[in-house]
Amino acid sequence: MHYGRIAAVQSLSLEVNEGELVGLVGHNGAGKSTTLWTITGVLRPSAGDITFRGQSIAGLSPDAILRQGISLVPENRRIFGRLTVGENLSIGTSARKDRKEAEADIRRMCERFPVLGTFLDRAGSKLSGGEQQQLAIARALLARPKLLLLDEPTLGLAPLIVDQVFEILAELKQEGVTMLLVEQNAVRTIEVADRTYVMRSGGRIDFQGTAQELAGMVDFAAAYIGMARG
Amino acid sequence: MSEGIQYTLDSIAFGSLFAVMAIGLALLFNVMGLMNFAYGELIMAGAYTMYYTRGSGWLGMIAMTVIVVTALSLLMELVAFRPLRNASPITLLVSSFAVSYSLQAVGWMTVGKGPQKGVEPYPWLTRQLDVSGVLVSRLTIITVITTIVLLAAMTLLLKRTTLGIQLRASTEDFRMAQLVGVKANWVISAAFAITGLLGSAVALLYVLRSGSVSPDIGLGPLLVAFVGGVIGGLGSLAGAALGGFVLGAIINALQATLPITLKSHTQLFAFLAVIAILVFQPGGLVALRGGFLRRFSRRRRPADEGVEA
Repeated sequence: MHYGRIAAVQSLSLEVNEGELVGLVGHNGAGKSTTLWTITGVLRPSAGDITFRGQSIAGLSPDAILRQGISLVPENRRIFGRLTVGENLSIGTSARKDRKEAEADIRRMCERFPVLGTFLDRAGSKLSGGEQQQLAIARALLARPKLLLLDEPTLGLAPLIVDQVFEILAELKQEGVTMLLVEQNAVRTIEVADRTYVMRSGGRIDFQGTAQELAGMVDFAAAYIGMARG
Repeated sequence: MSEGIQYTLDSIAFGSLFAVMAIGLALLFNVMGLMNFAYGELIMAGAYTMYYTRGSGWLGMIAMTVIVVTALSLLMELVAFRPLRNASPITLLVSSFAVSYSLQAVGWMTVGKGPQKGVEPYPWLTRQLDVSGVLVSRLTIITVITTIVLLAAMTLLLKRTTLGIQLRASTEDFRMAQLVGVKANWVISAAFAITGLLGSAVALLYVLRSGSVSPDIGLGPLLVAFVGGVIGGLGSLAGAALGGFVLGAIINALQATLPITLKSHTQLFAFLAVIAILVFQPGGLVALRGGFLRRFSRRRRPADEGVEA
């Protein structure tokens, strides 16, 4: 993946299997978000391919990729601040044709995230950061994705709210939702993920493995876990 | 006193025309970053459609004008702007100038040739009604009612329909709207269709008011709607409508009240008022999320959209 002549992510090979929660951690500027923007079709890969359920999705438009079953919870949540919470949820079902079932899903989502049900008519911009994050996750889930991408879902949130977000992720994992989680919080990500990729500048993968495997790698522990805990 | 009320009503009618036009400009500006200077040529197309269909009864004339202007608006999108979907706002702006000048040139070469053309106003439209001493023409009343109906319809569309929610989401964050499944082509075509519908209403009311038809008929209204939209705040549809209305009303009021020697300088005074408004309210009358300039400088490239710094 290039920005002009600058190679932002190169020779990246990454795989998410059905039902898995895969983590992608790395320093600022490593290329994590670029990877997600490329998967969702906002950016086009200059080389290589992206396959989803056996079919290439490279070069498709973002809405076409969503219709294939890949949904994104973007960095900074990017909920529609001038739309109400209800409208934000409703627009999450844009790609669906089963209107009645979609309406029922919105009601279920309001039960799952009670704060959204309470503030259904409130403008999205009036929600707190944590509430907005719940809305962003609910909006993405309403597309009934086969793969959920999450870009720094805990960025800028208070520690208690960070805990809440990781609880939600653990619940989704229990329910069998396939997820690719991009995070700077390496420790928490490795704890919750089935496998984690560690990316360094230019999109190269330094390490990958389960929490146990990564803990056993001396270099990795020194470079990432030590730093993250410090 | 009654004269004052008369001027006020007329200014409201004139201003409301530009409120409708400014909404069309603001809609495209917010959805795809396009400041469509070819909007004036939609008025031109409407004006000539009215000229050529004026013999087919008022209903036929209205129907044909709406169809032609809306179709031209959609065609503009398809031919000139769709291929530039990911281009910068400056490129889109230059493209809109090109479309504007091309259509005007085509106008001069074809329908604009020969003697000055015009659409004679229907006598029952210009007949003045006496409402307790205040003389009001039917056209003034119809203009105000049409505007109110159009604004109400726009509000209902934007607030109550799926398309409206998708349009509002797209005006706020076009890329994110796509990422939640809103189809870019669909929502942009809808915005152009709405712009065409609004443009046809403006063409009908404006030509019935002014009577004459020429290929550059759209330039004046476009300037007023554009500048009005800027002082209102193009970032919001309500702001643009308010700005268009205020500037249109100011121009009309100045035309009615300035002494004869200064009448030809109406625009000078109107634009001095614009400068005064912008000095005190740089973000526009309805300063929502940044004014025109800030919005215009924003590029819709992925690199600006939160991709890692």
